[in-house]
Amino acid sequence: MIKRRADVAIIGAGPAGIAAAIKAKLLGLETVLIENRDILGGIPLQCIHPGFGIHYFKEDLTGCEFIQRLIDRMYSVGVDLILNAYVHSIEFNSYIEKRVNVITPNGVYKIDTKTIIYATGARERHLFELNIFGDRPDGVYTAGEAQTLMDLYGILPGENIVIIGSGDVGLIMARRFALEGANVKAVIEIMPYPGGLIRNIVQCLRDFNIPLYLSHTVTDIIGSKRVESVKVAKVDENLRPIKSTEFEIPCDTIVIAAGLIPNIELLEKIGVAMDPKTRGPIVNEFLETSIPGIFVAGNALVINDLVDYAAEQGEIAAEGAKIYIENSGIPTKSWIKMTLGRNIRFVVPHYISGERDVILYARVQKPENNVYLSIANLKIKMYSVRPAEMVRIKIPAKTITENHYVTVPVEVIPT
Amino acid sequence: MKRYKVVIIGAGIVGISIARVLSMYENFDISIVEMEPDVGWGVSKANTSIIHPCHEEDPEKYPLRARLCREGNSIWMNWVKELDIPARWPGELMVFYSSEDEQEAKKYISFAIKNDVPGVRIIYRDELTSYEPNINPEAEGALYAPTAGTISPFEAVIAIAENAIENGVKIFVETRVINIRIRNHSVIGIDTNRGSIDANIVINAAGLYADYISHMAGVAHEFYIKPRRGEYIVFDEDVDVKPIKILHTTPTPITKGVYAITTVHGNLMIGPTAEDLSIDARESKATTEDGFSYLIREGGRLLKRIPPTLKIIRRFASLRPEPPYGNWLIDAYMEPWGFVNVAGIRSPGLTAAPAIAKYVLKLIAERYDINLVEKSSWIRYRKGIKSIRSIDIEKLDELIRRNSGYGKIVCYCKTVSEAEILEAIDRIIKIGAKPTVDGIKFRTTAGFGKCQGLFCRWRIALLLSKRLGIPLYSVTIKKSQYGLGDIKILLRNKMVSKT
Amino acid sequence: MSNNEIELICIICPIGCSIKVYKVLDNIKIEGALCPRGVNYARQEILDPKRIVMSVVKVKNGDLPVVSVKTDVPIPKKCINEIMRLTALIEVEAPIKIGQVIVKDVCGANLIATREVKKNS
Repeated sequence: MIKRRADVAIIGAGPAGIAAAIKAKLLGLETVLIENRDILGGIPLQCIHPGFGIHYFKEDLTGCEFIQRLIDRMYSVGVDLILNAYVHSIEFNSYIEKRVNVITPNGVYKIDTKTIIYATGARERHLFELNIFGDRPDGVYTAGEAQTLMDLYGILPGENIVIIGSGDVGLIMARRFALEGANVKAVIEIMPYPGGLIRNIVQCLRDFNIPLYLSHTVTDIIGSKRVESVKVAKVDENLRPIKSTEFEIPCDTIVIAAGLIPNIELLEKIGVAMDPKTRGPIVNEFLETSIPGIFVAGNALVINDLVDYAAEQGEIAAEGAKIYIENSGIPTKSWIKMTLGRNIRFVVPHYISGERDVILYARVQKPENNVYLSIANLKIKMYSVRPAEMVRIKIPAKTITENHYVTVPVEVIPT
Repeated sequence: MKRYKVVIIGAGIVGISIARVLSMYENFDISIVEMEPDVGWGVSKANTSIIHPCHEEDPEKYPLRARLCREGNSIWMNWVKELDIPARWPGELMVFYSSEDEQEAKKYISFAIKNDVPGVRIIYRDELTSYEPNINPEAEGALYAPTAGTISPFEAVIAIAENAIENGVKIFVETRVINIRIRNHSVIGIDTNRGSIDANIVINAAGLYADYISHMAGVAHEFYIKPRRGEYIVFDEDVDVKPIKILHTTPTPITKGVYAITTVHGNLMIGPTAEDLSIDARESKATTEDGFSYLIREGGRLLKRIPPTLKIIRRFASLRPEPPYGNWLIDAYMEPWGFVNVAGIRSPGLTAAPAIAKYVLKLIAERYDINLVEKSSWIRYRKGIKSIRSIDIEKLDELIRRNSGYGKIVCYCKTVSEAEILEAIDRIIKIGAKPTVDGIKFRTTAGFGKCQGLFCRWRIALLLSKRLGIPLYSVTIKKSQYGLGDIKILLRNKMVSKT
Repeated sequence: MSNNEIELICIICPIGCSIKVYKVLDNIKIEGALCPRGVNYARQEILDPKRIVMSVVKVKNGDLPVVSVKTDVPIPKKCINEIMRLTALIEVEAPIKIGQVIVKDVCGANLIATREVKKNS
């Protein structure tokens, strides 16, 4: 057994975890960063496309460039690192003291810590979580897996590709396949609008004449050894396939890009309360979960579409950890609950104090143009809101301080 | 003593059990041919995984099935210990909801008595939740059979295969039989896609394809196998409805009813459906939406509550070989001499497999006048791959100090280490099977969890590529390559075709 | 629709205006953009569409078999195939540093590495 003591143990060395580690270290906290791979960086490692760091570094970088800069910054402040480390369990010694048991090739670490920042990212939804039936041949990949294979390990999964889901990762992979000479036959999206950014629809699909089928779903997968074809049909307003519209697309590869789910298995095990909308933990403005001293950031908290937000959440959590340690607990006396109003799918954080500036992340249910985002007395004009783009707004301190606010609805109001 | 060359066709639970039993004797040189890349990938891989008590087998209508099922149930209790096969023996409840159902259930008490199945009794509503807290409160009662168990069927096949190899059996995978060679009214061998093998005795345990093989030998022309599809759904380990007992609805003429069980790996599984397919649909393992809805409905009848469907981590379907009139065809022929059918082994085939193997041994010894001589050095025991999943953390620390591979976790959902993956690869190679990502999954459970291999599939493939010294793209997942080639293969091909 | 009419979706902001561009002789007329940035975008897209191209190229003796690369400035859309063909032909020796020029001056850009690849130990 190897014993360690820390103020904060950060689980996961992706953008959120590394940003949290840098911040925690700068705030003077004894910081241990735990990563289960043998390499730092998480998902941006496999992202060779730009769109990273516009807010954080004020520069448009590729994922690998972004993460390397972040890693370099982390090394310059000096963070205690444990690689190849799998968190086996979390124990509670007291209200303040926690223990993280970690399996590594060097043996088992027992890390006694006052706070934990959980930044384990997300996982992709897989085939069996979608309402798709049929054969189970080889040739089905998730977009992230295809990305790992192509852009880290240099192998091409297949030649004739059908992509299920139009989230950004799926669109970006459509372009990657097309660039490398593969034939992307279709992107199938069950919703009437695309899941990804408009920029990606244009530059990843239109540039390469890749057909996007909105309001369509895969009704059958056919193939004995390898995928041979998929059947596709239009869906009705209840998202049920319309049989008469069914057609078949021959292909050898299916790429699932049907969204991400926060990777929060360990938090579920220790009883952290979850939000069914985000599928991540319920948190206050310090990104502290329902278990005091356990914070969460990045895609483990909520699925972000910009890496900059994940990194920002890591920093917020680190500040929270600092305040928690100094006060033996977050000192806020009363919390105001953010509730979901018109055209709002979720809001994070779920509770705010009103005492300080807070960054609010929200996602809408459906696209709308020319609206206000309304929170208490705050009304923010927005030209356009879309489910694919997370809304991020700063709520200044004292915006919501009136004592009569116990809950505050967040809503989208047409102008 | 004359030694007989025996070829067994099919490395499923039946063929492999026969190999184990025959390997106890000096009289046989045993080879198994299997068309799939690994053992147990046919009917044995995907089924309800139950060791039946055998009170459901009608001893008058199906005397052989009833007898061998009952014997098999007892033999398995030893085999799982000898071979370190994951198993539980929770007993089962055949649930009824009406007095009509109850009458149907009671019928099996008389079968139980005739088949010598111990402990079978009716339990009424007042006691039902004491036996099974997860049962649907609308259930009137259940027929309880305490000797029901559940095993991991694919791990069973693997375990027996490893043990059989230790006892001199040889396995040839990706080997498809194309002809049974016969001379002077006796079998003399088989022809396969990979060459010929001489044999004095050929045992047909070819599962879904056993009728084809039988016809090749010129016997049982009237015997045809009908594929019957069964679909299943598997929920994540962390659902809050996990029955202690094996629950099922009352059997119908074509099925044993729908089951809800907690598998040996801790998942709630519901299934099967039963759908007769056309005679040539022997690879139709597709899942269907209708099957899915049916299972959710039937599962809802059995359980107090069906977990949310977003907790479903896998859906699969399998085919069961349905013989004419439900009768197993087990026979050793004189014309041609040396050909043995063990065909149409439908349910309860998994339960009966060890008993079938002993029955076949006796059959061929008598029919072919073989004087059995036991081996003095037969190896009875086999150990499974050491798993770190439920190991105490202090013990794990010591283990890692001896082999750091146990400290490198590859599958996060199921906590499977690199050492286990590497051992699985070595064991696959040792039995002569083809190393695949799926084969590793079935040996270690890596990829069986919540994420279904999202995080570990490529890392397992990397380990395979390294261990086998082959490029990553040529690693086999189930039956095809992980990739088409290196990332530039298509661009290069296009340039070549242009010039 | 005449051959001289082109439809674009503006990517400047999340609204995603549908823009119609009419080409009459040397004149172009742009309709449907809600703001001047959209007009500029459309003009650029019609006259000289450019993209940053990202791919990977093979690495010899690296701890990874490929290194990710991009063009350091946007290149004309029509040159994408040329760049991609090039990425299929070259192989670079590890170690490789971020920003290292892999191919100089191709289609008006340099192809640069966006990942560090260490020498295989």
